[in-house]
Amino acid sequence: MCLVARHLEAHGIPTMCLGSALDIFAAGRAPRATLVDYPLGHSTGKPFDPADQLDIVRAALAGLQSMTRAETITRLPNQWDTQGLWRADAMRADGGDARQPRDETPQFQHADDRAAARASGALRD
Amino acid sequence: MTVAYMQAIAERYKAIGYTPYRWFKAEEGPAWMPLAKPLADSRIGVLSTAGAYALGQMAYHYKDDTSIRRIASLTPAAELRFSHITENYLKDARRDPDCLVPLTALRALAADGFIGGLADEVFSCMGGVYSQRRVREEIAPALLAALRQQKVDAALLVAM
Repeated sequence: MCLVARHLEAHGIPTMCLGSALDIFAAGRAPRATLVDYPLGHSTGKPFDPADQLDIVRAALAGLQSMTRAETITRLPNQWDTQGLWRADAMRADGGDARQPRDETPQFQHADDRAAARASGALRD
Repeated sequence: MTVAYMQAIAERYKAIGYTPYRWFKAEEGPAWMPLAKPLADSRIGVLSTAGAYALGQMAYHYKDDTSIRRIASLTPAAELRFSHITENYLKDARRDPDCLVPLTALRALAADGFIGGLADEVFSCMGGVYSQRRVREEIAPALLAALRQQKVDAALLVAM
């Protein structure tokens, strides 16, 4: 993502990166970044919490206007839970298999999606 | 304290015997382009790197898929799907896509004038591409062209 942000910015498009991995944003030196300290997979808010989602997206967009220096990273105050126990799980080195096999077959979420892609002509097989 | 993802994921992959993932580490600072007009007048483009696609579109494959999906910004959340090499992080987004592709929030912010407008199409690709060369030479230029075509004034890039 940082590579893409830097490319866009170098070609005249201001960018805001929004996500939950501070170390990845810092290493990639994004032009602007907003950190949501939630478990990965919830960069724009908690599931079924439209108020939280709106709050996060609004704050990230506001940074496009308010940040004045490259490599600024703003950490949002939003908390996933009161105890932060999720962090220990996220940091476990012996966590379960966190990646799928690298395979060149399209991985549809549902079997119905494959049928829909075939019907629209996107998938020909 | 935030989670040290690069270290945790590197250790996990090593234990499983996967090829190490090399995150991009920038040697130099980034370019800087200030917003040319107030946010309330700016047309906003969006990229999700979570492997989003709309019902009827192709899913992603998991071996350095560098393709991009153009998704109408009026797409109902119920028609958004995800495929990403790290599927384990998609559990909630597959139930509520607005966790990662916040079209509902963006449409609301455009409707109330917080932003000048939302691009007609938002974009997605699949992060987790091992080849930085292919990100540089394929994904980045394709997105630049796509966002220019949408005439956006700024872009929100949402990681997974």
